[in-house]
Amino acid sequence: METLDLLAGGFADAFTPQLLLYAAIGVLLGTFVGVLPGIGPAMAVALLLPITYGLDVTEAMVIFAGIYYGGMYGGSTTSILLNTPGESASVMTAIEGNKMAKRGRAAQALATAAIGSFIAGTIGTLLVAFFTPALAAQAVKVGAPSFFAIMLLSLVLVTSVLGQSKIRGFAGLFMGLTIGLIGMDQSTAQARLTFGTLELADGVGIVIVAVGVFALGEAFWTAAHLRRNPVEVIPVGQPFMGRDDWRRSAGPWLRGTALGFPFGAVPAGGAETPTFLSYVTERKLAKRRGADDEFGQGAIEGVAGPEAANNASAAGMFVPLLALGLPVTATATILLAALTSYGIVPGPTLMDEQPDLVWTLLASLLIGNALLLVINLPLAPLWARLLRIPRPQLYAGILFFATLGAYSVAQDPFDLGLLLFFGGVGFAIRRFGIPVLPLILGVILGPLMEVKLREALDLSSGDVSGLFSESLAIVVYILIAVALVVPVALGQIRTPDDEKTEVAS
Amino acid sequence: MTVLVGYIPDQYGEAALAAAIEEAERRGTDLLVLNASRGESLVDTRYLGESQLGDLERRLADSGVAHEVRQSVGTDAADQLVAAAQAADDPVIVIGMRHRSPVGKLIMGSTAQRILLDAPCWVIAVKP
Repeated sequence: METLDLLAGGFADAFTPQLLLYAAIGVLLGTFVGVLPGIGPAMAVALLLPITYGLDVTEAMVIFAGIYYGGMYGGSTTSILLNTPGESASVMTAIEGNKMAKRGRAAQALATAAIGSFIAGTIGTLLVAFFTPALAAQAVKVGAPSFFAIMLLSLVLVTSVLGQSKIRGFAGLFMGLTIGLIGMDQSTAQARLTFGTLELADGVGIVIVAVGVFALGEAFWTAAHLRRNPVEVIPVGQPFMGRDDWRRSAGPWLRGTALGFPFGAVPAGGAETPTFLSYVTERKLAKRRGADDEFGQGAIEGVAGPEAANNASAAGMFVPLLALGLPVTATATILLAALTSYGIVPGPTLMDEQPDLVWTLLASLLIGNALLLVINLPLAPLWARLLRIPRPQLYAGILFFATLGAYSVAQDPFDLGLLLFFGGVGFAIRRFGIPVLPLILGVILGPLMEVKLREALDLSSGDVSGLFSESLAIVVYILIAVALVVPVALGQIRTPDDEKTEVAS
Repeated sequence: MTVLVGYIPDQYGEAALAAAIEEAERRGTDLLVLNASRGESLVDTRYLGESQLGDLERRLADSGVAHEVRQSVGTDAADQLVAAAQAADDPVIVIGMRHRSPVGKLIMGSTAQRILLDAPCWVIAVKP
């Protein structure tokens, strides 16, 4: 009950014309970047970060949260109409969604994606409101050794679960951790990795790294692959659903939400896993009913489930971010950086110190989610037109904003050189297939982990056993070991079998 | 001799195509249909997709004129037409013209204008 009261208070604060306007701007901007492949919410938030310094922290967070939800939503439009997922979480939606669109059911596919996103987003956000205070209350009691272990766990999980290659994942992670090391050591004031320059003594701003890696890297990558065969877009009218579509979508929406939320809340690489699981579940359930022949040719369940899972996991991300100060997706990382830049310390104490911010943010998320549905259902044909924007003009605009933003942080020309360097890094990781999430997570979590590590070691006067002084920490270390060993062991056991079947077939 | 036509799937392209088929019949020559995209945007409605290509082929076959359809990505439509005209033996170009405001021309440039100025041969400009 107390949670509902607090949330009602949040709504009262959020229903000001100004915040409603910012929420609307956020969701529109988010859908815009979500629709365009290659540009995601992480890049949009990174680009807007310097521009929003003039705003109040609540206003900025409302815009960013709107961009995040909008980006998740916009990705589905591109998946369905083009078979080119706008972002990785929409890959599963594309499988059935594009088939539906090709069979002339684009309107229904878009509608089930939109309404499913709305339902999952709303339920997910309410769950965040109920879980976060409880988790934060527990997290306050967690000491430095356990916190360090939890951070380590999230790094290991994100790096090893996500993507095909663990080596590439860890390469990205260590690059990020190295970037995070640059600057003055906080307890001994020793300069690290500064190469004798004064400009690097304060460390590298997260804005510079994020804008360089996301915006410049993507722009360089696109410039290197500028000319491409245009793809055929499927024309679409007003999204709508028949009674049968409603009946078939309702179950997948709820199951997708149930799958998506917990996966979003743990650091397991965002929405890829739950969307995949949701797709497989719906397919199996359809098979049990004896109605799976439509799967593979455009089954509405295959759009409704993954799309709901996608948005529920997007909401789930806020639980560790608000309760622990632990980001689990690229966008969450930038949100964390944004909070830090306002002088707010994200972590277990956030709920107590900034209750207005948290509850207004959660209320705004619910409002933004409703706005997405109201604004975007009628606008679907318009969003599809965005895909006709010529890339040179689009990326010229992005580069302009990137440079402006990076310069405005400190008005220091040195930052522009750094920006260019990280743009090169961004290009290189795309070229060599290194995932970007471990890198950016390493940049932001590295320094935080170091603080906790130092704290733990100071408490035990430098004795390594201090890291294992709490039982929670030991449990987490066991989890890390399991996460690292089990996939390898399974691979060892499974490989001979696979070879056998290959020979047999 | 060859009749070259720049084709895009809209009313201007249709007018040009109809005129080009007529011209090829009148001259008793073959017809080269050109379609280009600069390949800069993800979706280019002026670039023919698979289904549209099939339709075009069928219509050309029905007209009974000896024909060829050529698509290119990465070049400008004007460059493509002019280059094809330079390579062909005694060509004539057929294009569709649209109304453009002075401001529109200033910002986007005019494909028709560049073809008219650069073409090494006759250009027949058709209005729908």
